[in-house]
Amino acid sequence: MTTSPTRIQVNPSVPGDGRPDYIRIQDYGFWYGAKKALDAITLDIPERQVTAFIGPSGCGKSTLLRNLNRMNDLIDAVRHEGDITVGGRSIYDPTVEVISLRRRVGMVFQKSNPFPKSIYENVVYSLRVAGVSDRDILDETCESSLRRAALWDEVKDRLQDSALGLSGGQMQRLCIARAIANQPEILLMDEPCSALDPIATGKIEELIHHLKAQFTIVIVTHSMQQAARVSDRTAFFYLGKLVEADRTEKIFMNPAQSQTEAYISGRFG
Amino acid sequence: MKDPVPNVPDAKPPAGEAFVWFTSVGLVLGLTMVAALVGVIVLNGAKAFWPAAIERAELADGRVLLGPLVQERLKPGTPPAAGLLERQYQIGLREQNGQSFAWIDASAVRSSSLPPGALALERMENGAAFLLPAELRLAGGSRLAASDPAFLSRLESLIASVAERRERLAEVEKVRIGRINTELQRVKVGLRKAADLGTPDAELKAEAARLDADYQLLAAEARSLRDGFPADVLAGTDGAGRPLEFPVASLVRAWEPNRLGLGGKLALAASRAWEFVSAEPREANTEGGVLPALFGTFAMTVLMSALVTPFGVVAAIYLREYARQGAVLRMVRISVNNLAGVPSIVFGVFGLGFFVYVLGGNLDRLLFADELRYNNNTPVLGTGGLLWASLTLALMTLPVVIVATEEALSAVPRGMREASLACGASKWQTIREILLPASAPGILTGVILAMARGAGEVAPLMIVGVVKLAPTLPIDGEFPFLHMDRKFMHLGFHIYDLGFQSPDSDAARPMVFASTLLLLLLVLFLNLGAIAIRNRLRERYKTSAF
Ligand SMILES: Nc1ncnc2c1ncn2[C@@H]1O[C@H](COP(=O)(O)OP(=O)(O)OP(=O)(O)O)[C@@H](O)[C@H]1O
Ligand SMILES: [Mg+2]
Repeated sequence: MTTSPTRIQVNPSVPGDGRPDYIRIQDYGFWYGAKKALDAITLDIPERQVTAFIGPSGCGKSTLLRNLNRMNDLIDAVRHEGDITVGGRSIYDPTVEVISLRRRVGMVFQKSNPFPKSIYENVVYSLRVAGVSDRDILDETCESSLRRAALWDEVKDRLQDSALGLSGGQMQRLCIARAIANQPEILLMDEPCSALDPIATGKIEELIHHLKAQFTIVIVTHSMQQAARVSDRTAFFYLGKLVEADRTEKIFMNPAQSQTEAYISGRFG
Repeated sequence: MKDPVPNVPDAKPPAGEAFVWFTSVGLVLGLTMVAALVGVIVLNGAKAFWPAAIERAELADGRVLLGPLVQERLKPGTPPAAGLLERQYQIGLREQNGQSFAWIDASAVRSSSLPPGALALERMENGAAFLLPAELRLAGGSRLAASDPAFLSRLESLIASVAERRERLAEVEKVRIGRINTELQRVKVGLRKAADLGTPDAELKAEAARLDADYQLLAAEARSLRDGFPADVLAGTDGAGRPLEFPVASLVRAWEPNRLGLGGKLALAASRAWEFVSAEPREANTEGGVLPALFGTFAMTVLMSALVTPFGVVAAIYLREYARQGAVLRMVRISVNNLAGVPSIVFGVFGLGFFVYVLGGNLDRLLFADELRYNNNTPVLGTGGLLWASLTLALMTLPVVIVATEEALSAVPRGMREASLACGASKWQTIREILLPASAPGILTGVILAMARGAGEVAPLMIVGVVKLAPTLPIDGEFPFLHMDRKFMHLGFHIYDLGFQSPDSDAARPMVFASTLLLLLLVLFLNLGAIAIRNRLRERYKTSAF
């Protein structure tokens, strides 16, 4: 990946910038080979709030989300321009290790992907790879993460069973527990409820409500209602561009752009 | 009025249905061939142990044959319409008859009968013998007539005591004297070295003297054991009534097939089959057991799998996970795949040229310089052996494991990789914790295929360590227990040797089939073991079926 020379500095006029859970995206562009997927995105994602990314399929929501923890590094022939900072430091800063970035920025995927291990080992995986082997710490983390993911009561008697025996909704909550186990500052969620029934979806939305007290949450969703229910801020993307980003009530009640209004009222996309 | 669209039933089957038949024909053909192959081997292999009835056949020319009828077939070179048949009898007594089988025109047999008391003998030398027993001449001078009801059990108990003495003799000669010889060899090398360097050798000389004294003791014990074989003699006549005599000390087993019921025959066959898998070979491998070959095949296959698995997995991890995908990598992949198609003898030649001569030779120079210098340049590792044979086959089967591992790695869902990385795991941690466990069943499939290929390979082994007759097993009670430098025997080579190199090929034939059956069973057993492990892994690491 080519590294852009333009580095952005902490903006002193923005109160949250520089906090470890504050994300700033500046003039960010991204290419898959010759295909430009993101174009000049500038967006601040403030701390301890839920920011929803909405927009029609293929507009680049996942691409941007996956750039926040450099997940797209895995793909061949990608390129970017502009910069993203987390906690005031560029994620492309050569002195920042990708691994430590990913420890600070957890991720929950659209399709739940538990490891073929026990429920317990799934939850404490991020601690294990960080070298934690103290049994007490692991036990405690496992319980507190599962409690915060509202899964503890359902699985507390079978922690050593395979995670693959859980239901779809339970698996997704397990993935959330796994993502928050090592206390990240930011949690990225890519359509976390798209494969779930309304009850499981409700549980996860409730969970997001609780979690935002501790984490900065970015969620990609296709459901306008969900965006309206869970998010504090909403960003609307179209064809790789950020059309509008503002407080959620503002976007839904009184959007500045006609494109946004058309999308929200279901006239396209 | 005519119906404009005649209501014709749909005669054609749904499109594509024909291919069900087409594809199933392929499966049926395959299964038939496998069943026929296994059937032929099992039938012929079982024959080797089955106590066939002994026939007494009087021929038109006055000769009388005594022995089991092996087969009857159309006489070669005659028109089938003429219906000329010929029969093969196993007549045994190779030392008298020149060979142990005879072909006779069926029309030349004037009369045949199954004499109830006919006795079949398995001997230490010269193969089988068949006789009509008359009496046992016991060493004490007394005689026991064949008509006596205790005759057979007495004969059997005598044979058992002979066998026991033979075993004790082998223990002394092979194991204990063998151990002293090894020691003595070491001392001799030390002595030569001391003489060469002019260092004091009194201690070594004392040790040599002590070993020699031990040797003399053991040799005396062996002599007394050998002299102590009983002088009892089994006497009888051949089919024509000519007298025959067999010292009991030369017998391995005796049975009366014409008096045995089905149960007795089964028990006898089972006991002979057990001897086959648990005993050492006799008479240039055509008689006795195949234990050394069985063990050699097993040890080599297991060692080969243990060598090829880590190599193959590591190489595949590099190719799939670390190497930059591109033209060079494609070339490497193609080369690896083509390596699987290289004839195995090429690997044998490479093994000899590289492993044995270069690697083994240099290791000898490094580790066994004294042996080389003071023991007539006798190589230790610089000659074929279990280790080099296993390495050669490991190299040969490497592509199988690499390809299987690569497939398995690429079949791990991408989500699982991303999840691990998103948890802050490094690439290596992801490989170790997630990818390898998840692809373990696929890797084991590769190992199973490699094992099956390796276990049945003969050609390359003949030049890197397999021999017709190995004096010792590659495993014993002496440090380091598994002697990977030793030459060893192998079932595949054993089959080749019996079938093509033995002087009496008719006599060797049942052994060929029995050995083949055993090789098949061994491969089956190893594969079942690996499959059991794979299934357990699958159970543990089955990927989400969400
Ligand atoms: N690995 C890839 N290689 C090449 N192009 C890609 C890759 N991933 C995504 N794209 C392209 O980038 C664009 C943005 O894709 P992205 O997945 O970010 O869309 P999205 O907004 O998340 O859509 P959806 O709502 O359907 O998930 C699309 O045009 C897509 O085809
Ligand atoms: Mg997406």
